Amino acid sequence: MKFGILIQDGPYNHEAGDSAYNFVVAALAKGHEITGIFFYNDGVLNATRFMDPPTDDRNIVKRWSELGAKGIDIIVCIAAAKRRGIIDANLAPNIRISGLGQLVDLTLNADRMITFGG
Amino acid sequence: MNSMRFSRFKEYKLLHTVNKSPLVNSSLEQCIEFLAKDEPILLYEDAVYAAQAGTRFEIKIQALLKTNPVYALQADLKARAVNNIINGVKIVDYNGFVDLVAEHKVQNWL
Amino acid sequence: MAEDAKKIMFVMQKPPHGSIYPYEGLEFILISGAYEQDISLVFLGDGVYNLKKDQDTSELGIKGFVKTYRTLEGYDIENIYVDQNSLKDRGLTQEDLIVDVKVKTAPEINSLMNEQHAIFPF
Repeated sequence: MKFGILIQDGPYNHEAGDSAYNFVVAALAKGHEITGIFFYNDGVLNATRFMDPPTDDRNIVKRWSELGAKGIDIIVCIAAAKRRGIIDANLAPNIRISGLGQLVDLTLNADRMITFGG
Repeated sequence: MNSMRFSRFKEYKLLHTVNKSPLVNSSLEQCIEFLAKDEPILLYEDAVYAAQAGTRFEIKIQALLKTNPVYALQADLKARAVNNIINGVKIVDYNGFVDLVAEHKVQNWL
Repeated sequence: MAEDAKKIMFVMQKPPHGSIYPYEGLEFILISGAYEQDISLVFLGDGVYNLKKDQDTSELGIKGFVKTYRTLEGYDIENIYVDQNSLKDRGLTQEDLIVDVKVKTAPEINSLMNEQHAIFPF
């Protein structure tokens, strides 16, 4: 089955990004497809390459980048990103910036949309 | 066309997910108001506190269990030391979470 | 609407101004409106405050977005529903709202939710 993921909240501040990541990992392990992961609202802050948490904690952006390297489409909303200072220059690898139309496409291509947020 | 839509309706009972503690936020109560009978509810993140026996919300979960299946996410329960689970609440891991989403359309109460 | 249009519902649950969710939600709704899908909006809980008349954010220095709800018709988004009890609980009636809405009960809204391809909370 094809799942689309929407993330509405920022990293560390809220569990949303962790729940979404754990869900995606479990879904992939079960053989499901992820049509895309879309960051919106403060969720766009998940995409900054400059995250540098203490070494004994998870690196949230690194996890997203690794999923992106596996071919999962990870998209940051351009309008929400511009508001919050996320631009190509601070975007982590394997994540792209695009418009809200991509979230519509992702929704239409997915069997299920699930939203994680605050 | 109408009969097709009806069969889809029967097939895709909604899954309701709730992620906030019912002791400080009304999203679980709101979810309960908009539920249909037999539709499953998944408690995760701070909503797993609703699964704990002995809270002032327990009576509402007890009533809910008479009409709807209630699930709570194991990783969030464990993280919060919610050990004394209300009888009838089913514990699922992330695989179970994925299965619930695969089997239902989803309404996320955030 | 496209022939293979899918049903997409936006559930507005959060009040305006205190957080950006409804504002950015509305931006997504307007984009979705260009895709010729079968779109509906449901306002429930504090989400109904989005539609209250006479909101003025000028003293806050926040851009007001509530008037944008009036443009939905221009995007062929005409299915705007409000939960009956949510209005009543807040001492509001349809007369207090800036757009024409259809008032529905919770079971009616549940039925609408069950018809959707996808539901987005904002």
